[in-house]
Amino acid sequence: MFFFKIIMVFMIIGTIIAIETRNMLSAVIAVGAVGFGVSLMFLYLQAPDIAITQVIVEVLSLIILIRTTTYVDNEAIEKRIDNLANIIGLVFLGLFLAFCYWSFAELTPFGSPLMRVGEYYLASGLGDTGAANMVAAVILDYRAYDTLGEAIVIFTSILGAFVILRTRGRKKITEEDLEKVGIPE
Amino acid sequence: MTVFMLDMIIFGLGIYCLIAKRHLIKKIIGMVIIEYSVNLFLILLGYRMQGIAPILSPGQDIVEFAKKGVDPLPQALVLTSIVIGLGTLALMSAYTIKLYEKYKTFDMSEIRKLRG
Amino acid sequence: MKKAEIEKLVHDESIGMTLIVKTVARIMIAMILLYGFYIVLYGHLTPGGGFAGGVILAIAYTLMMLAFSRHIALAKLNDFWASMFDNLGMLAFVILGYIGLNVGIFLYNFLGKGTPFSIVSAGFIPLANIFIGVKVGACLYAVFIGLSIYGRLVLREEE
Repeated sequence: MFFFKIIMVFMIIGTIIAIETRNMLSAVIAVGAVGFGVSLMFLYLQAPDIAITQVIVEVLSLIILIRTTTYVDNEAIEKRIDNLANIIGLVFLGLFLAFCYWSFAELTPFGSPLMRVGEYYLASGLGDTGAANMVAAVILDYRAYDTLGEAIVIFTSILGAFVILRTRGRKKITEEDLEKVGIPE
Repeated sequence: MTVFMLDMIIFGLGIYCLIAKRHLIKKIIGMVIIEYSVNLFLILLGYRMQGIAPILSPGQDIVEFAKKGVDPLPQALVLTSIVIGLGTLALMSAYTIKLYEKYKTFDMSEIRKLRG
Repeated sequence: MKKAEIEKLVHDESIGMTLIVKTVARIMIAMILLYGFYIVLYGHLTPGGGFAGGVILAIAYTLMMLAFSRHIALAKLNDFWASMFDNLGMLAFVILGYIGLNVGIFLYNFLGKGTPFSIVSAGFIPLANIFIGVKVGACLYAVFIGLSIYGRLVLREEE
């Protein structure tokens, strides 16, 4: 338990650095550090599937973020300091934390979950499906429809990214076009 | 309870970054922080003290596995949520690249003036 | 592109990264692909599954594009085929669901259960993992191609 709190404090420090620093490369690296902290938490919360997925997705999102920012403009300079937005943000943060503190008294305490359906899945997963990994049995046998919905969401978001990034018209990208751009080889 | 509150501090900082900063990439960073904290919260809800991972090994007793295993249902939700977060990040980056190439700045209040 | 042309481009010092990075990347890409296939295929026995394995496969192709130049990465898997694998994986997963409508339930597990802890077991879960792995890997590599190559063409054409 003490170990969890140490990692969470490390993540809070990483978040504050990612928000406030002016150099964009430092901000992106701080986000990467927070992601690795989350993956370490997942490993100690006995969820190895999620830890693998979090590390891999975090590496790919670092690559995408670095391509977006540091190629073109490395400094985040604010010309005027907008005080009203800062104050509204901090007031909201305080109210949100107070509300969370009052409402978390109703939750089940940390470490004793309310596993009504979970007990059934753990006890009869091997008998019903024949799989040894209970998480795979849940996402591909008991709740396969949700996996179909998730595949559709990824498909649609990547399709949207393509529509935005495509050049005008429908001409094929030829070698001359790629030569004109001069991407660093 | 303390761990829940620490996690909600990260969520609150992410929302502060999303609404109070004007740089587009800071807003993207805010959304990524919010996604990390929500996924962590869901897994924290399903943790059982001295629990074991929900993966059977050969020769393990199933009744004891059901009494000591961690909840598998939040893990199934979070697995899909992490990969959807990556798709959303790709879409946001596509918008940001196109906006930068048109307006030559990342600052939201300059873009909002619609110079055309 | 023929093998001789690829070899000439690999040993050319002016494109891509330095020689040390290229040599290490040649070994690492094979190992990352092997690891990705392992995570996808054994998804019902060990932690992993279709989504994590698919993203690992996408990272292997991304490494190929970053270390060597885009010519070689597009020669191995160009943008048309990456998009086509994305569509085919999604279509195969939906057809797998339609087969179960014979019994009356969409996405019914129609294959047998098999012996536990062996690789051919748990019905259609290994098949569904493979289709989802191919889909997620191809679509993330395609979006990386789009972000790094497509996004810059309009800028230069307007100059």
